[in-house]
Amino acid sequence: MIKTKFNYDYYLRKNTLPHIWCPGCGDGIILKALLRAIHKCGYSKDEVVITSGIGCASRLPGYVDFNTIHTTHGRALTFAIGMKMYKPKLKVITISGDGDALAIGGNHFIHAARRNIDITLIVFNNYTYGMTGGQYSPTQPLDSFATTTPFGSIEPPFDVCNLAQAAGATWVGRSTSYHAVQLEKFIVDALNHTGFSVLDVITNCHISYGRRNKMKSPVDMIKYQKEKAVPARSAENMSPEELIGRFKTGVLFEAKDKPEFCGEYHKKLELLKTK
Amino acid sequence: MKQVLEGSMAIADGVRMAEPHVISAYPITPQTHIVEHLSQMVADGDLKAEFIMVESEHSAASVVLGASACGVRTYTATAAQGLLYMEEVIYNIAGMRLPVVMTLANRAVSAPINIWNDMQDAMAIRDTGAIMLVAENNQEAYDMHIQAFKIAENRDVMLPVIVNVDGFVLTHTFEVVETIDSIDKVREYLPPINMEYKLDVENPYSFGTLGEPSVYMESRYNMYNAMKYSSKTIIDAAKDFKNMFGRFYGGLTDTYKMDDAQTVIVAMGSVLGTIKDVVDELRDSGKKIGVLKIRSFRPFPEEEIVNALKNAKNVIVIEKAICPGKGGILSVEIRDSLFKHKINTVNVNGYTIGLGGRDITPKNIKDLVERAEKEENVDGEFIGLSQQYL
Ligand SMILES: Cc1ncc(C[n+]2csc(CCOP(=O)(O)OP(=O)(O)O)c2C)c(N)n1
Ligand code: SF4
Repeated sequence: MIKTKFNYDYYLRKNTLPHIWCPGCGDGIILKALLRAIHKCGYSKDEVVITSGIGCASRLPGYVDFNTIHTTHGRALTFAIGMKMYKPKLKVITISGDGDALAIGGNHFIHAARRNIDITLIVFNNYTYGMTGGQYSPTQPLDSFATTTPFGSIEPPFDVCNLAQAAGATWVGRSTSYHAVQLEKFIVDALNHTGFSVLDVITNCHISYGRRNKMKSPVDMIKYQKEKAVPARSAENMSPEELIGRFKTGVLFEAKDKPEFCGEYHKKLELLKTK
Repeated sequence: MKQVLEGSMAIADGVRMAEPHVISAYPITPQTHIVEHLSQMVADGDLKAEFIMVESEHSAASVVLGASACGVRTYTATAAQGLLYMEEVIYNIAGMRLPVVMTLANRAVSAPINIWNDMQDAMAIRDTGAIMLVAENNQEAYDMHIQAFKIAENRDVMLPVIVNVDGFVLTHTFEVVETIDSIDKVREYLPPINMEYKLDVENPYSFGTLGEPSVYMESRYNMYNAMKYSSKTIIDAAKDFKNMFGRFYGGLTDTYKMDDAQTVIVAMGSVLGTIKDVVDELRDSGKKIGVLKIRSFRPFPEEEIVNALKNAKNVIVIEKAICPGKGGILSVEIRDSLFKHKINTVNVNGYTIGLGGRDITPKNIKDLVERAEKEENVDGEFIGLSQQYL
């Protein structure tokens, strides 16, 4: 437990800076919220593990001074599961882009959720493959544009939160890189939850996504987040038509009574020992 | 028509001329531009193909496997990590004897993550049963893709062909490329695909079913033989291409300034450009030196290599890949070929250079020429290491 005054520098690996993110990218806002949240939770640096796959978002672990591992595309959660199983006391956080978590790594997403393993997954959801220059992603909105959908996407996107909840995650929430204060609070909540927690963060990639979708600047994209976000409670009073093109924010689902995987696993081990 | 084209565009345009029916695509640097160009061609109506975007390379390879089994012409492309993720499927494509063509934009393999060029990725699939060709420049890459379909679809071959092009060095550089104006001429060179075995409701077959111990070995043997036979097909495809379009780069190998050469540098891919410049310079100063270019890495052109090297004194193998626990890969195969032919007068030295995109300079190559005469049996030694990181 540390209770010192918060200071970003304390948590950053300054020798790996400057970061590779484009000026105006939303990923830095999430990084800062994550550091503030970790500090609020009071974890020591050695208690925290951050895993990531590949992509712009997945660069995050390189910049922060915890136990971190930057792995292969799509597998961020599987490495995290290995670590959590071996050292259940560690606080394991996984950072993934929408492609990393839901396209090439979609398989692991549903199975981590199904097991309800105590890991916090933060999806940096920029609707695109930022790092490879803006190809379509499974969260890309219908009819929007990417290098590989020059006439607009015809594929319905995943709703990350609905998917997480349906697959078995026990804490599910959504925020944006515009709602920086709320974002920090949700990360704290997700970290404090025992079980698989998924935070979908709508973030801006004006370079690979915005430019092709009439949102050239970071400001355009931040405005989009501000305008399209609907707090879950307000959404209850809105018709489906009114919700088209918008997304719900808030803590969307929480279940405290579902068994957590590592706990169940160790219970079973104890039981077998007594037999 | 002569055009200044990015390597990726030259490749995409070569693929367009071959008129594949199904293309699957998933991005990875430095391959992505190729499939992006193709997606644009399909969108613009310049190529009538199904362009299928998938969620991973495993799916990209599986899509072309499925489509190819239906008897149509298929294409995909990848690099490094993507290729490793495809590997399971590539074994299957080869085992099912499907003539898929793909581009491998050669790139270093993780960890640590590195997106720049070397040939380590290609080495991971050398035993899959895929034919592996290597292009030296963008013109050859353009031509080689058209040839690749002809080789793959030959009834006596029926194997996937992977065309290796150096990532960034070729894929992202602009060169003058002479493209073919007449699609009819390409159609004449490359007739419509016509597979003997395919999925067809009228005449059903099953692909990839259980091969019990009683038949498995024979099926592998048939594939092994087809790969051996493909040497002839590769040479024929290159010769036919020459007759039709006038360009030729050798069959399985090519030679440069090899008359009376006592020292020979052997390499594959774009590094040959630098090597040839150095050889020109050394020849001018009176040195008897030449170059052996490997165009086909699988099948491995043993005979051609032995013929080219048997009279040399020193052979320098320049390789952008390494086999940890052994040493060079190409150099070992070359030494083995000479050994089998009972030639023990050639001193073969293999050097590992340019991993993860490190520059290979003319000076590096000159240094190796000097060293090679004083050394024996160097087996993949790393060149140009920086002491501070060791
Ligand atoms: C096996 C494999 N395939 C493809 C790639 C190439 N690649 C790197 S990042 C990326 C997409 C990243 O998109 P996303 O996960 O949404 O993250 P973002 O860059 O948008 O933050 C891809 C396809 C890779 N690194 N490994
Ligand atoms: S490409 Fe997009 S996601 Fe990647 S750093 Fe730039 S703005 Fe951010």
